[in-house]
Amino acid sequence: MNIIKASKLVHEYIRRDEEGNVESIQTAIDGVDLEVAAGDFIAVLGHNGSGKSTLAKHINALLEPSEGTLWVDGMDTSDPERIYEIRRAAGMVFQNPDNQIIASVVEEDVGFGPENTGVPTEEIWKRVEDSLRSVGMLKYRHHSPNRLSGGQKQRVAIAGVMAMEPKCIVLDEPTAMLDPVGRKEVLCAVSELNRKKGVTVILITHYMEEVVNADYVYVMDQGKIVMQGKPREVFSEVETLKEHRLDVPQITLLAHELRKAGLPVSKGILTREELEQELMGLYGSKK
Amino acid sequence: MLRDITIGQYYPADSIVHKLDPRVKLMAALIYIISLFTFRGVAGFILASLFLVFMIRLSKVPFSYMVKGLKAIVILMVITAAFNLFLTPGDQVLVHFWIFTITMEGVKNAAFMLVRLIYLIVGTSIMTLTTTPNQLTDGLEKSLMPLSKIKVPVHAIAMMMSIALRFIPILIEETDIIMKAQMARGADFENGNLIRRAKSMVPLLVPLFVSAFRRADDLAMAMEARCYVGGSGRTKMKPLRYKKRDYLAYLILIVYLAGIILLRVFL
Repeated sequence: MNIIKASKLVHEYIRRDEEGNVESIQTAIDGVDLEVAAGDFIAVLGHNGSGKSTLAKHINALLEPSEGTLWVDGMDTSDPERIYEIRRAAGMVFQNPDNQIIASVVEEDVGFGPENTGVPTEEIWKRVEDSLRSVGMLKYRHHSPNRLSGGQKQRVAIAGVMAMEPKCIVLDEPTAMLDPVGRKEVLCAVSELNRKKGVTVILITHYMEEVVNADYVYVMDQGKIVMQGKPREVFSEVETLKEHRLDVPQITLLAHELRKAGLPVSKGILTREELEQELMGLYGSKK
Repeated sequence: MLRDITIGQYYPADSIVHKLDPRVKLMAALIYIISLFTFRGVAGFILASLFLVFMIRLSKVPFSYMVKGLKAIVILMVITAAFNLFLTPGDQVLVHFWIFTITMEGVKNAAFMLVRLIYLIVGTSIMTLTTTPNQLTDGLEKSLMPLSKIKVPVHAIAMMMSIALRFIPILIEETDIIMKAQMARGADFENGNLIRRAKSMVPLLVPLFVSAFRRADDLAMAMEARCYVGGSGRTKMKPLRYKKRDYLAYLILIVYLAGIILLRVFL
Protein backbone atom coordinates (compact mmCIF):
# COMPACT_ATOMS: atom_id res chain seq x y z
CA MET A 1 0.00 0.00 0.00
CA ASN A 2 1.44 3.34 -1.01
CA ILE A 3 1.26 6.00 1.65
CA ILE A 4 0.83 8.85 -0.81
CA LYS A 5 -0.77 8.61 -4.20
CA ALA A 6 -1.62 11.53 -6.43
CA SER A 7 -3.64 11.11 -9.56
CA LYS A 8 -3.85 13.94 -12.10
CA LEU A 9 -3.58 16.47 -9.27
CA VAL A 10 -4.27 20.07 -10.28
CA HIS A 11 -4.18 23.18 -8.12
CA GLU A 12 -5.15 26.62 -9.30
CA TYR A 13 -4.65 29.83 -7.34
CA ILE A 14 -7.54 32.05 -8.29
CA ARG A 15 -7.09 35.76 -7.86
CA ARG A 16 -10.33 37.73 -7.60
CA ASP A 17 -10.98 41.46 -7.74
CA GLU A 18 -13.15 43.29 -5.21
CA GLU A 19 -16.43 42.18 -6.78
CA GLY A 20 -15.37 38.57 -6.68
CA ASN A 21 -14.83 38.26 -10.42
CA VAL A 22 -11.96 36.05 -11.43
CA GLU A 23 -9.02 38.22 -12.42
CA SER A 24 -6.48 35.59 -13.20
CA ILE A 25 -5.89 31.91 -12.67
CA GLN A 26 -2.47 30.60 -11.94
CA THR A 27 -1.97 26.89 -12.22
CA ALA A 28 0.55 25.92 -9.57
CA ILE A 29 0.21 22.17 -9.98
CA ASP A 30 -0.72 20.84 -13.37
CA GLY A 31 -1.66 17.18 -13.56
CA VAL A 32 0.80 15.59 -11.17
CA ASP A 33 0.90 11.80 -10.77
CA LEU A 34 3.02 10.55 -7.93
CA GLU A 35 3.33 7.54 -5.69
CA VAL A 36 5.31 7.19 -2.52
CA ALA A 37 5.84 3.84 -0.82
CA ALA A 38 5.80 3.73 2.98
CA GLY A 39 9.25 4.07 4.53
CA ASP A 40 10.84 5.75 1.53
CA PHE A 41 12.94 8.91 1.47
CA ILE A 42 11.60 10.97 -1.42
CA ALA A 43 12.95 14.28 -2.66
CA VAL A 44 11.06 16.81 -4.71
CA LEU A 45 13.26 19.27 -6.54
CA GLY A 46 12.40 22.42 -8.36
CA HIS A 47 13.36 26.06 -8.60
CA ASN A 48 11.21 28.87 -7.16
CA GLY A 49 7.65 28.82 -8.39
CA SER A 50 7.76 25.28 -9.69
CA GLY A 51 4.79 24.29 -7.53
CA LYS A 52 6.71 22.12 -5.09
CA SER A 53 5.55 23.99 -1.97
CA THR A 54 1.96 23.88 -3.16
CA LEU A 55 2.31 20.13 -3.55
CA ALA A 56 3.63 19.92 0.03
CA LYS A 57 0.61 21.78 1.38
CA HIS A 58 -1.68 19.36 -0.40
CA ILE A 59 -0.14 16.39 1.37
CA ASN A 60 -0.99 18.01 4.71
CA ALA A 61 -4.51 18.89 3.53
CA LEU A 62 -3.77 22.59 3.99
CA LEU A 63 -4.92 23.04 0.40
CA GLU A 64 -7.63 21.23 -1.46
CA PRO A 65 -7.10 19.94 -4.99
CA SER A 66 -8.83 21.89 -7.76
CA GLU A 67 -8.94 18.76 -9.86
CA GLY A 68 -7.72 15.21 -9.47
CA THR A 69 -7.29 13.30 -6.24
CA LEU A 70 -4.65 12.89 -3.60
CA TRP A 71 -4.72 10.01 -1.15
CA VAL A 72 -2.69 10.12 2.04
CA ASP A 73 -2.58 6.83 3.90
CA GLY A 74 -5.69 5.76 2.01
CA MET A 75 -7.64 8.94 2.85
CA ASP A 76 -8.85 11.38 0.24
CA THR A 77 -7.59 14.90 1.11
CA SER A 78 -10.73 16.54 -0.24
CA ASP A 79 -12.85 14.79 2.40
CA PRO A 80 -13.39 17.50 5.05
CA GLU A 81 -14.17 14.97 7.79
CA ARG A 82 -10.79 13.35 7.59
CA ILE A 83 -8.62 16.48 7.49
CA TYR A 84 -7.34 16.05 11.05
CA GLU A 85 -6.65 12.36 10.54
CA ILE A 86 -4.65 13.26 7.45
CA ARG A 87 -2.73 15.94 9.31
CA ARG A 88 -1.90 13.46 12.03
CA ALA A 89 -0.69 10.93 9.46
CA ALA A 90 1.39 13.44 7.52
CA GLY A 91 3.24 16.03 9.59
CA MET A 92 4.70 19.12 8.04
CA VAL A 93 7.83 21.17 8.72
CA PHE A 94 8.02 24.64 7.21
CA GLN A 95 10.81 26.84 5.95
CA ASN A 96 11.08 29.49 8.63
CA PRO A 97 11.99 27.94 11.98
CA ASP A 98 10.87 30.99 13.98
CA ASN A 99 7.39 31.12 12.54
CA GLN A 100 6.41 27.58 13.43
CA ILE A 101 7.46 27.40 17.06
CA ILE A 102 4.50 28.28 19.22
CA ALA A 103 5.61 28.00 22.83
CA SER A 104 8.44 29.79 24.63
CA VAL A 105 9.91 26.60 26.08
CA VAL A 106 11.25 23.85 23.80
CA GLU A 107 9.44 20.95 25.47
CA GLU A 108 6.13 22.80 25.55
CA ASP A 109 6.35 23.44 21.85
CA VAL A 110 6.98 19.77 21.14
CA GLY A 111 3.96 18.97 23.30
CA PHE A 112 1.71 21.32 21.34
CA GLY A 113 0.71 18.82 18.64
CA PRO A 114 -0.17 15.98 21.03
CA GLU A 115 -2.07 18.48 23.22
CA ASN A 116 -4.19 19.41 20.21
CA THR A 117 -5.07 15.85 19.41
CA GLY A 118 -6.15 15.09 22.98
CA VAL A 119 -3.34 12.77 24.03
CA PRO A 120 -3.35 12.07 27.82
CA THR A 121 -0.79 14.02 29.89
CA GLU A 122 1.57 11.12 30.78
CA GLU A 123 1.63 10.02 27.15
CA ILE A 124 2.51 13.57 26.06
CA TRP A 125 5.54 13.61 28.36
CA LYS A 126 6.71 10.28 27.00
CA ARG A 127 6.32 11.38 23.39
CA VAL A 128 8.03 14.72 24.01
CA GLU A 129 11.00 12.98 25.53
CA ASP A 130 11.20 10.37 22.77
CA SER A 131 10.92 12.80 19.90
CA LEU A 132 13.38 15.29 21.41
CA ARG A 133 15.84 12.46 21.90
CA SER A 134 15.38 11.25 18.32
CA VAL A 135 16.54 14.62 16.95
CA GLY A 136 19.26 15.01 19.59
CA MET A 137 17.69 18.00 21.35
CA LEU A 138 16.81 16.41 24.68
CA LYS A 139 19.30 18.46 26.66
CA TYR A 140 17.73 21.69 25.42
CA ARG A 141 14.24 20.78 26.59
CA HIS A 142 13.99 23.59 29.15
CA HIS A 143 15.55 26.24 26.90
CA SER A 144 13.80 29.10 25.20
CA PRO A 145 13.63 28.65 21.40
CA ASN A 146 14.95 32.20 21.00
CA ARG A 147 18.32 31.15 22.32
CA LEU A 148 18.78 28.28 19.84
CA SER A 149 20.54 28.32 16.47
CA GLY A 150 18.54 27.97 13.26
CA GLY A 151 19.44 24.30 12.86
CA GLN A 152 18.46 23.57 16.45
CA LYS A 153 15.15 25.40 16.05
CA GLN A 154 14.40 23.42 12.92
CA ARG A 155 15.19 20.19 14.78
CA VAL A 156 12.76 21.26 17.51
CA ALA A 157 10.14 21.81 14.82
CA ILE A 158 10.82 18.30 13.50
CA ALA A 159 10.50 16.91 17.03
CA GLY A 160 7.19 18.77 17.32
CA VAL A 161 5.93 16.93 14.26
CA MET A 162 7.38 13.60 15.40
CA ALA A 163 5.55 13.87 18.72
CA MET A 164 2.31 13.45 16.80
CA GLU A 165 3.62 10.07 15.61
CA PRO A 166 3.00 10.62 11.92
CA LYS A 167 3.57 7.96 9.31
CA CYS A 168 5.10 10.48 7.01
CA ILE A 169 6.69 13.91 7.32
CA VAL A 170 6.79 16.55 4.64
CA LEU A 171 9.62 19.06 4.88
CA ASP A 172 9.07 22.19 2.83
CA GLU A 173 12.54 23.64 2.22
CA PRO A 174 13.55 23.09 5.83
CA THR A 175 17.12 24.23 5.25
CA ALA A 176 16.56 27.28 3.06
CA MET A 177 17.19 29.73 5.91
CA LEU A 178 20.02 27.87 7.60
CA ASP A 179 23.80 28.05 7.46
CA PRO A 180 25.76 25.00 6.23
CA VAL A 181 26.21 23.61 9.74
CA GLY A 182 22.52 23.90 10.51
CA ARG A 183 21.67 22.37 7.15
CA LYS A 184 23.79 19.33 7.93
CA GLU A 185 22.24 18.94 11.41
CA VAL A 186 18.72 18.98 10.04
CA LEU A 187 19.44 16.55 7.22
CA CYS A 188 21.18 14.13 9.56
CA ALA A 189 18.22 14.23 11.92
CA VAL A 190 15.79 13.65 9.07
CA SER A 191 17.63 10.74 7.50
CA GLU A 192 18.05 9.15 10.91
CA LEU A 193 14.30 9.32 11.51
CA ASN A 194 13.80 7.70 8.14
CA ARG A 195 16.28 4.90 8.83
CA LYS A 196 15.59 4.18 12.50
CA LYS A 197 11.88 4.87 12.84
CA GLY A 198 10.81 4.01 9.32
CA VAL A 199 9.07 7.34 8.83
CA THR A 200 8.35 8.19 5.22
CA VAL A 201 10.13 11.44 4.36
CA ILE A 202 9.23 13.84 1.60
CA LEU A 203 11.93 16.45 1.35
CA ILE A 204 11.18 19.48 -0.76
CA THR A 205 14.23 21.49 -1.63
CA HIS A 206 16.26 23.19 -4.29
CA TYR A 207 19.63 22.14 -2.90
CA MET A 208 20.92 19.28 -4.98
CA GLU A 209 23.39 18.07 -2.38
CA GLU A 210 20.53 17.21 -0.05
CA VAL A 211 18.88 14.68 -2.31
CA VAL A 212 21.89 12.51 -3.08
CA ASN A 213 20.83 9.97 -0.47
CA ALA A 214 17.14 9.92 -1.36
CA ASP A 215 15.50 6.73 -2.58
CA TYR A 216 13.68 8.48 -5.39
CA VAL A 217 13.70 11.99 -6.83
CA TYR A 218 10.99 13.97 -8.56
CA VAL A 219 11.88 17.15 -10.44
CA MET A 220 9.13 19.71 -10.89
CA ASP A 221 8.95 22.64 -13.24
CA GLN A 222 5.92 24.85 -13.90
CA GLY A 223 3.62 22.58 -11.97
CA LYS A 224 4.53 19.40 -13.81
CA ILE A 225 6.79 16.52 -12.93
CA VAL A 226 9.45 16.70 -15.60
CA MET A 227 11.94 14.11 -14.41
CA GLN A 228 11.86 11.25 -11.97
CA GLY A 229 14.05 8.37 -10.96
CA LYS A 230 16.82 7.37 -8.61
CA PRO A 231 19.23 10.24 -7.80
CA ARG A 232 21.91 8.65 -9.95
CA GLU A 233 19.60 8.46 -12.96
CA VAL A 234 18.33 11.99 -12.53
CA PHE A 235 21.75 13.53 -12.00
CA SER A 236 23.24 11.82 -15.00
CA GLU A 237 21.06 14.14 -17.11
CA VAL A 238 23.05 17.27 -16.36
CA GLU A 239 21.90 19.12 -19.46
CA THR A 240 18.19 18.42 -18.90
CA LEU A 241 18.47 19.57 -15.28
CA LYS A 242 20.02 22.81 -16.44
CA GLU A 243 17.08 23.35 -18.78
CA HIS A 244 14.85 23.26 -15.69
CA ARG A 245 17.07 25.82 -14.03
CA LEU A 246 18.52 23.42 -11.51
CA ASP A 247 22.15 22.90 -10.62
CA VAL A 248 23.69 19.53 -10.06
CA PRO A 249 26.03 18.79 -7.13
CA GLN A 250 29.49 20.16 -7.76
CA ILE A 251 31.09 16.72 -7.91
CA THR A 252 28.54 15.54 -10.46
CA LEU A 253 29.20 18.65 -12.51
CA LEU A 254 32.96 18.07 -12.38
CA ALA A 255 32.50 14.47 -13.50
CA HIS A 256 30.21 15.65 -16.26
CA GLU A 257 32.73 18.20 -17.49
CA LEU A 258 35.52 15.64 -17.37
CA ARG A 259 33.38 13.31 -19.43
CA LYS A 260 32.67 16.02 -21.94
CA ALA A 261 36.40 16.68 -22.17
CA GLY A 262 36.89 13.07 -23.21
CA LEU A 263 37.71 11.18 -20.01
CA PRO A 264 35.89 7.84 -19.72
CA VAL A 265 34.21 8.71 -16.40
CA SER A 266 30.88 6.96 -15.84
CA LYS A 267 27.59 8.86 -15.74
CA GLY A 268 25.80 9.99 -12.59
CA ILE A 269 28.60 10.31 -10.07
CA LEU A 270 27.24 11.67 -6.81
CA THR A 271 29.96 11.74 -4.18
CA ARG A 272 33.57 12.76 -3.92
CA GLU A 273 34.56 9.17 -3.04
CA GLU A 274 32.99 7.79 -6.20
CA LEU A 275 34.85 10.26 -8.38
CA GLU A 276 38.08 9.54 -6.54
CA GLN A 277 37.69 5.83 -7.19
CA GLU A 278 36.87 6.39 -10.84
CA LEU A 279 39.95 8.54 -11.31
CA MET A 280 42.12 6.11 -9.36
CA GLY A 281 40.81 3.35 -11.59
CA LEU A 282 41.85 5.33 -14.63
CA TYR A 283 45.25 6.53 -13.49
CA GLY A 284 46.15 4.54 -10.40
CA SER A 285 47.17 1.49 -12.41
CA LYS A 286 49.64 3.46 -14.51
CA LYS A 287 51.79 4.31 -11.49
CA MET B 1 19.65 49.03 22.63
CA LEU B 2 16.22 47.50 22.17
CA ARG B 3 17.42 44.15 23.39
CA ASP B 4 17.53 45.43 26.95
CA ILE B 5 13.76 45.50 27.18
CA THR B 6 12.48 42.62 29.24
CA ILE B 7 8.85 41.92 29.77
CA GLY B 8 7.63 39.54 32.40
CA GLN B 9 10.96 39.48 34.18
CA TYR B 10 11.22 36.15 35.85
CA TYR B 11 13.76 35.63 38.58
CA PRO B 12 14.60 31.91 38.79
CA ALA B 13 15.05 30.71 42.35
CA ASP B 14 14.07 27.72 44.40
CA SER B 15 11.50 29.02 46.84
CA ILE B 16 8.08 27.99 48.01
CA VAL B 17 6.58 31.04 46.33
CA HIS B 18 8.03 29.93 42.99
CA LYS B 19 6.47 26.53 43.40
CA LEU B 20 2.99 27.79 44.22
CA ASP B 21 0.24 27.34 41.67
CA PRO B 22 -0.01 30.46 39.47
CA ARG B 23 -3.71 30.73 40.29
CA VAL B 24 -2.85 31.17 43.96
CA LYS B 25 -0.38 33.91 43.12
CA LEU B 26 -2.85 35.71 40.89
CA MET B 27 -5.44 35.57 43.64
CA ALA B 28 -2.88 36.70 46.22
CA ALA B 29 -1.93 39.72 44.13
CA LEU B 30 -5.60 40.63 43.76
CA ILE B 31 -6.31 40.25 47.48
CA TYR B 32 -3.22 42.24 48.37
CA ILE B 33 -4.29 45.10 46.08
CA ILE B 34 -7.75 45.09 47.68
CA SER B 35 -6.25 45.07 51.16
CA LEU B 36 -4.02 48.03 50.33
CA PHE B 37 -7.02 50.17 49.55
CA THR B 38 -9.04 48.80 52.44
CA PHE B 39 -6.72 49.35 55.38
CA ARG B 40 -6.97 52.47 57.45
CA GLY B 41 -4.77 53.69 60.21
CA VAL B 42 -1.39 52.63 61.48
CA ALA B 43 -2.40 49.13 62.61
CA GLY B 44 -3.58 48.14 59.14
CA PHE B 45 -0.46 49.66 57.67
CA ILE B 46 1.74 47.58 59.98
CA LEU B 47 -0.12 44.39 59.06
CA ALA B 48 0.20 45.09 55.32
CA SER B 49 3.91 45.84 55.76
CA LEU B 50 4.53 42.68 57.76
CA PHE B 51 2.75 40.62 55.13
CA LEU B 52 4.85 42.17 52.38
CA VAL B 53 8.14 41.62 54.21
CA PHE B 54 7.09 38.04 54.90
CA MET B 55 6.38 37.45 51.19
CA ILE B 56 9.65 39.03 50.07
CA ARG B 57 11.57 36.83 52.48
CA LEU B 58 9.74 33.70 51.31
CA SER B 59 10.25 34.44 47.62
CA LYS B 60 14.07 34.61 47.93
CA VAL B 61 14.14 37.32 45.26
CA PRO B 62 16.63 40.10 46.08
CA PHE B 63 14.89 43.25 47.26
CA SER B 64 16.75 45.37 44.70
CA TYR B 65 14.92 43.55 41.88
CA MET B 66 11.59 44.69 43.22
CA VAL B 67 12.68 48.26 43.69
CA LYS B 68 13.61 48.37 40.00
CA GLY B 69 9.93 48.31 39.13
CA LEU B 70 9.42 51.49 41.14
CA LYS B 71 11.62 53.57 38.84
CA ALA B 72 9.02 53.34 36.10
CA ILE B 73 6.35 55.04 38.20
CA VAL B 74 8.39 57.76 39.93
CA ILE B 75 6.54 60.49 38.01
CA LEU B 76 3.17 58.97 38.87
CA MET B 77 4.19 58.82 42.53
CA VAL B 78 5.31 62.45 42.57
CA ILE B 79 2.10 63.67 40.96
CA THR B 80 -0.10 61.61 43.29
CA ALA B 81 1.78 62.78 46.33
CA ALA B 82 1.62 66.42 45.18
CA PHE B 83 -2.11 66.32 44.57
CA ASN B 84 -2.78 64.79 47.95
CA LEU B 85 -0.41 67.16 49.66
CA PHE B 86 -1.78 70.39 48.26
CA LEU B 87 -5.39 69.67 47.54
CA THR B 88 -6.62 67.97 50.72
CA PRO B 89 -8.83 70.35 52.67
CA GLY B 90 -8.42 70.29 56.46
CA ASP B 91 -8.53 72.27 59.67
CA GLN B 92 -4.91 72.03 60.72
CA VAL B 93 -3.09 74.27 58.29
CA LEU B 94 0.64 73.75 58.46
CA VAL B 95 1.97 75.94 55.66
CA HIS B 96 0.19 78.50 53.58
CA PHE B 97 1.75 80.45 50.75
CA TRP B 98 0.29 81.97 47.61
CA ILE B 99 -2.45 79.53 46.46
CA PHE B 100 -0.98 76.46 48.14
CA THR B 101 -2.14 75.17 51.46
CA ILE B 102 -0.62 72.20 53.17
CA THR B 103 -2.74 70.66 55.86
CA MET B 104 -2.03 67.91 58.37
CA GLU B 105 -4.61 65.70 56.61
CA GLY B 106 -2.87 66.37 53.32
CA VAL B 107 0.47 65.20 54.68
CA LYS B 108 -1.15 62.06 56.06
CA ASN B 109 -3.03 61.33 52.84
CA ALA B 110 0.05 61.87 50.71
CA ALA B 111 2.14 59.59 52.88
CA PHE B 112 -0.44 56.78 52.85
CA MET B 113 -1.03 57.11 49.12
CA LEU B 114 2.68 56.89 48.48
CA VAL B 115 3.00 53.82 50.67
CA ARG B 116 0.03 52.23 48.94
CA LEU B 117 1.53 52.78 45.49
CA ILE B 118 4.94 51.46 46.50
CA TYR B 119 3.44 48.38 48.16
CA LEU B 120 1.22 47.82 45.14
CA ILE B 121 4.16 47.73 42.75
CA VAL B 122 6.40 45.69 45.03
CA GLY B 123 3.58 43.29 45.91
CA THR B 124 2.57 42.58 42.32
CA SER B 125 6.19 42.36 41.20
CA ILE B 126 6.61 39.43 43.61
CA MET B 127 4.03 37.66 41.50
CA THR B 128 5.67 38.42 38.14
CA LEU B 129 9.17 37.74 39.44
CA THR B 130 8.30 34.28 40.74
CA THR B 131 6.03 33.11 37.89
CA THR B 132 7.09 32.36 34.32
CA PRO B 133 4.97 34.07 31.65
CA ASN B 134 3.72 30.66 30.55
CA GLN B 135 2.54 29.72 34.00
CA LEU B 136 0.90 33.09 34.26
CA THR B 137 -1.13 32.65 31.08
CA ASP B 138 -1.98 29.10 32.11
CA GLY B 139 -3.15 30.34 35.49
CA LEU B 140 -5.14 33.11 33.90
CA GLU B 141 -6.78 30.73 31.45
CA LYS B 142 -7.83 28.36 34.18
CA SER B 143 -9.04 31.01 36.62
CA LEU B 144 -11.07 32.76 33.94
CA MET B 145 -12.56 29.51 32.61
CA PRO B 146 -15.97 30.15 34.23
CA LEU B 147 -16.28 33.16 31.91
CA SER B 148 -16.30 30.87 28.89
CA LYS B 149 -19.86 29.97 29.89
CA ILE B 150 -20.91 33.48 28.92
CA LYS B 151 -19.05 33.07 25.61
CA VAL B 152 -15.83 34.85 26.54
CA PRO B 153 -13.14 33.20 24.39
CA VAL B 154 -10.87 32.50 27.36
CA HIS B 155 -8.70 29.90 25.64
CA ALA B 156 -8.17 32.11 22.60
CA ILE B 157 -7.17 35.05 24.79
CA ALA B 158 -4.68 32.95 26.74
CA MET B 159 -3.29 31.53 23.50
CA MET B 160 -2.85 35.01 22.07
CA MET B 161 -1.06 36.15 25.20
CA SER B 162 1.39 33.29 25.15
CA ILE B 163 2.08 33.71 21.42
CA ALA B 164 2.60 37.43 21.95
CA LEU B 165 5.12 36.67 24.69
CA ARG B 166 6.89 34.24 22.40
CA PHE B 167 7.16 36.77 19.57
CA ILE B 168 8.20 39.85 21.56
CA PRO B 169 11.92 39.04 21.42
CA ILE B 170 11.68 38.08 17.73
CA LEU B 171 9.97 41.32 16.77
CA ILE B 172 12.39 43.34 18.88
CA GLU B 173 15.29 41.75 17.08
CA GLU B 174 13.62 42.48 13.77
CA THR B 175 13.07 46.13 14.72
CA ASP B 176 16.74 46.32 15.53
CA ILE B 177 17.65 44.94 12.09
CA ILE B 178 15.28 47.28 10.24
CA MET B 179 16.60 50.26 12.23
CA LYS B 180 20.18 49.40 11.44
CA ALA B 181 19.34 48.87 7.77
CA GLN B 182 17.72 52.29 7.61
CA MET B 183 20.48 53.95 9.60
CA ALA B 184 22.96 52.51 7.12
CA ARG B 185 21.07 54.40 4.45
CA GLY B 186 21.12 57.64 6.39
CA ALA B 187 17.97 57.52 8.51
CA ASP B 188 18.23 59.46 11.74
CA PHE B 189 16.43 58.11 14.80
CA GLU B 190 18.30 59.92 17.53
CA ASN B 191 18.32 63.64 16.76
CA GLY B 192 15.59 66.22 16.57
CA ASN B 193 12.66 67.01 18.80
CA LEU B 194 9.99 64.60 19.90
CA ILE B 195 7.72 65.10 16.88
CA ARG B 196 10.60 64.65 14.48
CA ARG B 197 11.70 61.49 16.19
CA ALA B 198 8.17 60.15 16.23
CA LYS B 199 7.90 60.85 12.51
CA SER B 200 11.11 58.97 11.79
CA MET B 201 9.48 55.92 13.39
CA VAL B 202 6.84 55.65 10.66
CA PRO B 203 9.11 54.11 8.02
CA LEU B 204 10.16 51.69 10.72
CA LEU B 205 6.65 50.61 11.58
CA VAL B 206 5.51 49.85 8.05
CA PRO B 207 8.00 47.06 7.29
CA LEU B 208 7.59 45.79 10.84
CA PHE B 209 3.84 45.48 10.42
CA VAL B 210 4.18 43.77 7.07
CA SER B 211 6.57 41.24 8.50
CA ALA B 212 4.42 40.69 11.58
CA PHE B 213 1.44 39.86 9.38
CA ARG B 214 3.53 37.51 7.30
CA ARG B 215 4.74 35.77 10.45
CA ALA B 216 1.17 35.53 11.73
CA ASP B 217 0.11 33.88 8.49
CA ASP B 218 2.97 31.38 8.65
CA LEU B 219 2.28 30.63 12.28
CA ALA B 220 -1.41 30.10 11.69
CA MET B 221 -0.60 27.61 8.94
CA ALA B 222 1.94 25.81 11.14
CA MET B 223 -0.60 25.59 13.96
CA GLU B 224 -3.24 24.25 11.62
CA ALA B 225 -0.80 21.69 10.26
CA ARG B 226 -0.37 20.49 13.83
CA CYS B 227 -4.11 19.93 14.21
CA TYR B 228 -4.87 23.04 16.28
CA VAL B 229 -8.63 23.60 16.39
CA GLY B 230 -9.01 25.83 19.43
CA GLY B 231 -9.65 24.97 23.05
CA SER B 232 -12.09 22.09 22.82
CA GLY B 233 -10.76 18.55 22.96
CA ARG B 234 -7.30 19.66 23.99
CA THR B 235 -5.30 18.02 26.73
CA LYS B 236 -2.58 19.71 28.73
CA MET B 237 1.05 18.76 28.91
CA LYS B 238 1.42 20.59 32.21
CA PRO B 239 -2.02 20.64 33.80
CA LEU B 240 -2.47 22.84 36.87
CA ARG B 241 -3.29 20.87 40.00
CA TYR B 242 -3.59 22.27 43.48
CA LYS B 243 -1.24 20.81 46.07
CA LYS B 244 -1.29 20.98 49.85
CA ARG B 245 0.87 24.12 49.93
CA ASP B 246 -1.58 25.90 47.63
CA TYR B 247 -4.47 25.30 50.02
CA LEU B 248 -2.27 26.49 52.88
CA ALA B 249 -1.47 29.65 50.92
CA TYR B 250 -5.17 30.30 50.36
CA LEU B 251 -5.75 29.89 54.11
CA ILE B 252 -3.04 32.43 54.92
CA LEU B 253 -4.55 34.83 52.41
CA ILE B 254 -8.00 34.56 53.96
CA VAL B 255 -6.60 35.11 57.45
CA TYR B 256 -4.69 38.16 56.21
CA LEU B 257 -7.71 39.69 54.48
CA ALA B 258 -9.86 39.03 57.55
CA GLY B 259 -7.22 40.72 59.69
CA ILE B 260 -7.22 43.84 57.52
CA ILE B 261 -11.02 44.03 57.51
CA LEU B 262 -11.27 43.50 61.26
CA LEU B 263 -8.70 46.21 61.92
CA ARG B 264 -10.66 48.59 59.75
CA VAL B 265 -13.95 47.83 61.47
CA PHE B 266 -12.80 47.80 65.09
CA LEU B 267 -9.99 50.33 65.23
